[in-house]
Amino acid sequence: MEIVEQTKNSSSHLSPFKRFLHKLNEQKYLQAMAIPGVIWMIIFCYIPMYGIIIAFKEYDITLGINKSPWVGLANFREFFSDERFWLIIKNTVGISFFKLLVGFPLPILFAVLLNELTSVRFKRTVQTISYLPHFISWVVLGGILMNWLSETGLINIIFTKLGILKQPITFLAEPKYFWGIAVISEVWKELGWNAIIYLAAIAGIDPELYEAATVDGAGRITKMFKITIPCISGTIAIMFILAVSGLMNSNFDQIFVLRNPLNADASDVIDIYVYKMGIEAFRFSYATAIGLFKSIIALILLLLANGVTKKLTDKSLF
Amino acid sequence: MKMKSSLGDKIFDIFNITLMLIICFVTLYPIWYIIVYSFNDGKDAMLGGIYFWPRKFTLDNYITVFSNSDITTAFMVTIARTIITTTLHVFFTAMVAYAFMKKELVGRKIYMTMGTITLFFGGGLIPYFLLIKSLGLYNNFLVYVIPGMFNFYNLIIFQAFFRELPVELEESAKIDGANDFLIFTRIIIPLSMPVLATIALFVGVYNWNDYFTGVIFINNPKLQPIQTFLYKVIAETTSNQMLAYAPGGIATRNVTSQSLKMATMVITTLPIVCVYPFLQKYFVKGLLIGAIKG
Repeated sequence: MEIVEQTKNSSSHLSPFKRFLHKLNEQKYLQAMAIPGVIWMIIFCYIPMYGIIIAFKEYDITLGINKSPWVGLANFREFFSDERFWLIIKNTVGISFFKLLVGFPLPILFAVLLNELTSVRFKRTVQTISYLPHFISWVVLGGILMNWLSETGLINIIFTKLGILKQPITFLAEPKYFWGIAVISEVWKELGWNAIIYLAAIAGIDPELYEAATVDGAGRITKMFKITIPCISGTIAIMFILAVSGLMNSNFDQIFVLRNPLNADASDVIDIYVYKMGIEAFRFSYATAIGLFKSIIALILLLLANGVTKKLTDKSLF
Repeated sequence: MKMKSSLGDKIFDIFNITLMLIICFVTLYPIWYIIVYSFNDGKDAMLGGIYFWPRKFTLDNYITVFSNSDITTAFMVTIARTIITTTLHVFFTAMVAYAFMKKELVGRKIYMTMGTITLFFGGGLIPYFLLIKSLGLYNNFLVYVIPGMFNFYNLIIFQAFFRELPVELEESAKIDGANDFLIFTRIIIPLSMPVLATIALFVGVYNWNDYFTGVIFINNPKLQPIQTFLYKVIAETTSNQMLAYAPGGIATRNVTSQSLKMATMVITTLPIVCVYPFLQKYFVKGLLIGAIKG
């Protein structure tokens, strides 16, 4: 503390600008550690943000970002009247909605039931196994799915043996199964991982609550519904609101692997369409406009979610 | 303290244990399936009926995979990018996190605000693509490294950890005349192994599993990571090319494109699956810091 005061005194007679330089010189090592991070952010985050202006231009690869001609909102107008516009919105929101509907409650239920296991060792083993799929890449999982869902694959063998299907189906070739495949495979992959946060919340519950309930003669199931779930409801609320704010983010890595031209009517979500228009069709400006449209909606959802969280729990993201 | 459990509780226990066993089976079986398939004779596997154990055990699939130079190169790329990027990311992000945390840092507020904005808004795929091209990172190994060196979300996790460290050590080092960089490397880093391990695991897994960077920014097969190779094999069915590389005889005998895919998938997945159980406490902790901060 003394050192800081001394330097303050010694530089107090200088002009503000010189004092500033003096201060910078004093912390040259600190600045040398901070500025590379700032430069990295400028290059890899802020230059692309600046690049968004091509959404309002007709990007010409020979002219570059700055010299390409402005076209106003033409790219956005084209997107809103694109024949696939509503289909893309429906797929983006629909897949996310069903992932939320199924994928949100299951980790909570899993965490609560896992907590009820009496053998610590068994509990730990199940927990470790449940994290495993999170570490498997979507490419590998996609490979397994394509094998199992093919006409001669495991799923068709089981379903025809059980009499559910008469004819084998090439599941990934038909749009009507795509949403279901996306939802189930994601739940399979992230069930255990998403339960971590709830398990931690459950671990933080005061054990006296359970003891008191036991004395009062409450059974395990009663305790589960009357103690465990109410005690983690705060965590559940926050996670729910966060999940809602991510509604525009379909899982790109997943859908990019599982999509194919035959299921495109169900697998074309905004992010995939941006890829198709930009990288495959070289329509950079149009694709950027679509991406910007998505970013803005996502930001609005996040702000709404943040506002709601603030009201409900006094906690907020910012 | 254990009370006599009622009949209802017993039934619940049995139900619960059964359910957990089913979940474990459903989780493990797909992995087990590819392992079994990869150790089975390819032509024989095509007849179906292989569910729990190889019928005609063979190592030919693995021999073919490992003698394919495309695959071994891809593995090397994955290993190199994972080690290099993870190491750089951890130290670079930790260094910036430490500097951004110091109250006396001139410009601290601006730097932190700049970072926070990046969490909620970005340029999107196309401007990023154009940037990578203009930086000369297209078809360049460094496209895995430099853009992957820093992440503001991880910076927040680092800071949450650094704040818990005792300040006395830092202060006494300062009095001894150590500069901020020395304090960071000599005092902060050795004390921060748990959080370094956490972030290293997250970044390592991301780099190991990432296929999209290789799809979009690389078209030189020599620079392709294994996940990208696998993506192309799976999505674009180029596995017949894999067969072409097979050493004499094996290919025509009993290896199929399907059994080769399975073997490649097993090799790709195995390292991470073997490592993660030992790092469990780290990623659980890291996830919780992230969730509280988020």
